[in-house]
Amino acid sequence: MHFKARSSVALADATLQANLRKFQSTGFTALRAKAVAEFGPELFEALRGEGAAIRDRSLAHLDAWLERFEAEAVRRGATVLFAETRAEACELLIDICRRHGVRKAIKSKSMLSEEAGVNEALAANGITPIETDLGEYILQLAGEPPSHIIAPALHKSKEEVAVLFEAHHHAPRKDDIPRMTREAREVLREHFLSADLGISGGNFLIAETGSGVIVTNEGNGRMVTTLPRVHVCITGIEKVLPTLEDFSTLLRLLTRSATGQSISNYVSLFTGPRGRQDRDGPEHMVFILVDAGRTSLVGGDMQEMLRCIRCGACMNHCPVYRAVGGHSYGWVYPGPMGAVLTPSYMGLANALDLPHAATLCGACSVACPVKIPLPELLRKLREKQVDRGLRPRSERAAIRLWSWTARRPRLYALATAIAVRLLRILGGRDGMISMLPFGGEWTRGRFFPAPKSGRTFRSLYASRPKPARNRGQTTVFSSKQQ
Amino acid sequence: MRVGLFVTCLVDLMRPSIGFAALKLLENAGYEVTVPAMQTCCGQPGWNSGDREAARALAERLIAQFEECRYVVVPSGSCAGMIRAHFPEVFEDEPAMLAKARGLVARTYELTEFLTRMAKRASVSASFDGTVTYHDSCSGLREIGVKVQPRQLLAKVAGLKLVEMEECETCCGFGGTFSIKYGEISSAMAEKKCANIEATGAQAVVLGDLGCMLNIEGRLRRRGDVKTRVLHVAEVLAGTTEG
Ligand code: SF4
Repeated sequence: MHFKARSSVALADATLQANLRKFQSTGFTALRAKAVAEFGPELFEALRGEGAAIRDRSLAHLDAWLERFEAEAVRRGATVLFAETRAEACELLIDICRRHGVRKAIKSKSMLSEEAGVNEALAANGITPIETDLGEYILQLAGEPPSHIIAPALHKSKEEVAVLFEAHHHAPRKDDIPRMTREAREVLREHFLSADLGISGGNFLIAETGSGVIVTNEGNGRMVTTLPRVHVCITGIEKVLPTLEDFSTLLRLLTRSATGQSISNYVSLFTGPRGRQDRDGPEHMVFILVDAGRTSLVGGDMQEMLRCIRCGACMNHCPVYRAVGGHSYGWVYPGPMGAVLTPSYMGLANALDLPHAATLCGACSVACPVKIPLPELLRKLREKQVDRGLRPRSERAAIRLWSWTARRPRLYALATAIAVRLLRILGGRDGMISMLPFGGEWTRGRFFPAPKSGRTFRSLYASRPKPARNRGQTTVFSSKQQ
Repeated sequence: MRVGLFVTCLVDLMRPSIGFAALKLLENAGYEVTVPAMQTCCGQPGWNSGDREAARALAERLIAQFEECRYVVVPSGSCAGMIRAHFPEVFEDEPAMLAKARGLVARTYELTEFLTRMAKRASVSASFDGTVTYHDSCSGLREIGVKVQPRQLLAKVAGLKLVEMEECETCCGFGGTFSIKYGEISSAMAEKKCANIEATGAQAVVLGDLGCMLNIEGRLRRRGDVKTRVLHVAEVLAGTTEG
């Protein structure tokens, strides 16, 4: 994965940049801020603390809560399957499709199905997957991966979508969003009614009731989970929560952090298949709970990442994400959470640049509803890279040299005095260096301001006239040390 | 009372005048200021690059350098943040050093934080004729909560008018080694910051960190803005912006 090359393309893509700017100005951060202000900033802080504590409690006894979940779900007539890998998850799903003679599957949004490549697996087995979340539907037509975990098609403009719809719907081009949405809805309605299987994700799993939950703003999730004969909820094992009470706390956090809503348009809990008294619902309800690297984080120094409730706030607030968009991150999870998850799940060596693709500014972690210390986790990943010898030798050497010199003040004083003088000369009359030796990346888009004085503070301080009152009391740089 | 000034490596190299401004502010507030001669760097570059050992060695030195000081004042939010938020992590497995690190944490202040908290009565005698906008540096803001302090102090500068820019809390794109690893992204972020600064019409952007200072100034000049000044809050407060 090459974050740098991808981000370079993204920065040069004028349409993408315009779409990202639009996302930023009309975007989720302002809505979140408003929602937090309305809720009361202090109360919201306390809620974040509670959210983090709930997630930690769930993760501390993950196995026990999963067992409880399984028992309760089975008691209510659902089937619970566990998949250790993404491939296994796909196999289980295909198996279900075969057993029930499924030809067409409708899907609501599921990040895990993105992770596992469910659509590709279905298609390879002759089953047509249809995305029904509007954003995901657009991307399915475009053949692109999502670039944001809750607004998957934010990198696309209205005009791009209009062109796409015109080509795929074989209908005259519409240019306003309500008419485009209506058209998509009409196309999708056919699929809703003719599909044999509904695949949903799961925002949470509730152990005490054996329910799955999806939190959405489009009605598609309801249809996916109730219309077809079979409903499969596919999600990560870490999504389990002990109680409904815990869920209500996290729901408050989730919608406010994601879109600034006090609650989403739809919150659907599904508990088992259609019962005898029920007028609708699937005949079969299956949970596929996927590990795919999650348990390897439990008990380790990345465990806090498993708290994540996939709200997207970290990327909304990330200035790097906002500059380069989600596709630069190379896998399904973008932004700060992706920069932690991708190396954690795909292997440290397979995503070397991601932990470094952040300024560690901390905007993500102060927005995260479950207080994941994302910059700290990124830094720890950097440390792991160093420990395993995965950083370029030149980089290691530079840091080492700096540290070695900085431990030898006399040498340091001499070296810095020379460097400062050289930089000062390079700066010329306007004091701006346009080509920095050994720092070409810096001067790609900026000048490097040269030192204002040709001397270091320490040398100037040593030669400053000493005020009488300080003599004898103040330790000063002695000239011998220069 | 003895206050140790940790000049920081970037001030030492790039802008000595900021060190002298900080010194002047502390002395004017009535403190006896020590500038330990052997100080160099807090170890942040190593820490953020994942080189714990390199960071540890420098952190240990810094702790020793300032052992005698009642307070340690730093004219940089990110170096103060390194000490306050991260030194305990650096020494998490070494009880003896951890205790020393915690001791330093309790005595360390960012400059504006120190001036507003400890030197409350000290007056600000500087003046500045014009409008400025303030850029909140990430570490200072989010690691140690520097937000109102510089603004409170700037409000006392005669003639100075502060206008806030859009997204004053958004990172300028410096990020230490990020700026030389991802120059293009870093510059794009700096560009947004510069646009927000210019939109205020302020004569100067004031800030409290050298990294942001070099980044923002470098981008402003590169995009052809030779007018907007980039000033450290210490220089404005000490009235040494012409130096
Ligand atoms: S890391 Fe935090 S902010 Fe980011 S998606 Fe997960 S819960 Fe939301």
